Amino acid sequence: MSMNILSIPTHFKGSFGRQKHVRKALERVMHGIFFFFGIVAVGFVLLISAYLIFSGLPAIREIGLRNFLFGTVWKSTAAQPEFGILPFLLTSVYGTAGAMLVGVPVGFMTAMFLSKVAPRPLAAIVRPAVDLLAGIPSVVYGLIGMIVLVPTIRSVFDLSDGACLLAAILVLAIMILPSIVSVSETALNAVPKEYEDASLALGATEIETYFRVSAPAAKSGIAAAIVLGIGRAIGEAMAILMVAGNVANMPTLFSSVTFLTTAIAKEMSYSSGLQRQALFSIALVLFLFIMLINIGLNLLLKRGKEG
Amino acid sequence: MPEHYAPVKMEPLSGRRKVFNRSLHVLLYLCAAFTCILLVGIIGYIFYRGLPNITWKLLSTKPSYLSDSIGILPNLMSTLYLVVFTLLIVLPLGVGAAIYLTEYAKNRRLVAVIEFATETLTGIPSILFGLVGMLFFCQFCSLGTSLRAGAFTLVMMILPTIVRTTQESLKAVPQSYREGALGLGSGKWHMIRTVVLPCSTDGIVTGCILAVGRIVGESAALLFTAGLAHSLSGFFQALSTPGATLTVALYVYVTERGETDVGFAIAAILMILTLLINLAAGLIGRWLGKASHGRSA
Repeated sequence: MSMNILSIPTHFKGSFGRQKHVRKALERVMHGIFFFFGIVAVGFVLLISAYLIFSGLPAIREIGLRNFLFGTVWKSTAAQPEFGILPFLLTSVYGTAGAMLVGVPVGFMTAMFLSKVAPRPLAAIVRPAVDLLAGIPSVVYGLIGMIVLVPTIRSVFDLSDGACLLAAILVLAIMILPSIVSVSETALNAVPKEYEDASLALGATEIETYFRVSAPAAKSGIAAAIVLGIGRAIGEAMAILMVAGNVANMPTLFSSVTFLTTAIAKEMSYSSGLQRQALFSIALVLFLFIMLINIGLNLLLKRGKEG
Repeated sequence: MPEHYAPVKMEPLSGRRKVFNRSLHVLLYLCAAFTCILLVGIIGYIFYRGLPNITWKLLSTKPSYLSDSIGILPNLMSTLYLVVFTLLIVLPLGVGAAIYLTEYAKNRRLVAVIEFATETLTGIPSILFGLVGMLFFCQFCSLGTSLRAGAFTLVMMILPTIVRTTQESLKAVPQSYREGALGLGSGKWHMIRTVVLPCSTDGIVTGCILAVGRIVGESAALLFTAGLAHSLSGFFQALSTPGATLTVALYVYVTERGETDVGFAIAAILMILTLLINLAAGLIGRWLGKASHGRSA
């Protein structure tokens, strides 16, 4: 009996000491595991950058940077293939600009409405509706564009084919609307109430206050919304693949056009050799565009936080 | 000296200001109405064209050239498998990354680098994920065009969503909880497992639902990685074979085979899923938020 009593504390002490040791080891292991999880995102970015750069450079070197970026003819499958991506570049730029031209005013006004003017119950209905717009898959937008928008454009403007830059611009404008609305609404909501009160007290009307005081005060947030929209629009592929016609024309409003993204999506499945490498180069150009936009967005958001 | 103050007299608004006010007011309502009409129009049209085409036969069979019929069961199953497998991988990764950022990381520069990386991942278009996924997972890791490769590609894409939502809810856990647990002699991992994580389930669940939404809606990243096949098989076999998800199937049926009715039927199913996912995200976030508040109070 006495042996037993004596042995309990030693046993306890021993196990406690071991436990402490085990616990310390466990802590160290968990720290290591979480560190690994933490840097996985960095690894992904490096992987993507490395793959795009290394698979994108050979074709550019072979074709020549000038011919590649400023060549106006893309004939990837011809006997004498030509790889000029200026039509794609310009289409992406025009398409994005057009979508912003249509989408930003509507989105900004909707955000202003939700943030300042709308009665509470109405805003409570509209806000989830905007979120829902953001959740609709892009192929569904493409389908509607293809079945509704393209025939409408064809009959309204009396064209032989309605699949054109205009259709793509309208689809893109609708697709970027939700992100513009939600980001600018957040920015508008963050404007200090005192600014608006001061303006109202000085005799400005409510509308004047919203547009001349609140909007300028929220300008970095609104700029971030615009940049985010640009990023979305330039990277969208499937929806415009279904409505833009996909011919490598120089862009005009009513011509069938190919974007940077759709050029990749369209030809990747059957490409080979230099054609395939040129598609990777297009991806690299797109990636550089996106990185520039991302950096711009980060700067804007940072300035918004400080200012 | 009150006589120095002139009585305040409100001047009526000048004509220009009146026009400015009136027109902008109208414009605000117009734009909001436009957004709503657009949404109602899109949803209404999809349901109008799609719902009549959803038949039990469409949902429960696979496409057959013999009887010249189309069924989307394989695509439904592929979508389900893809969602399950992607979440299995991305959930530990994303939650772990968020835990590292909020609980462990002390080096501010490293945190900044990781956060920049997550933001960059958010901005990369899905078609680029598709390309890199094809080059790395399908070719370099020789997984071939398969649901597995598609899932790994989606993991890269969805990681930021999980990290951000988890991080937000981890930050909302009061610091005193952590101090309490540590003060009682708990180790850091024990504290995270028993105190911090249970308090932030709402954020993690919301992140999961958002991730499901993105997986269901994704198409460009899957086109070259998960393929276009409509074959039906069990979970583990399906992972190593190609399979088209609902969105990819929609694209293929509409653009390559001109089956608009099937396209609209799939679109209607996708819309219903999106509606459910949005509702669930809102409700579960609120419900779990309340539940954890109730527990902490």
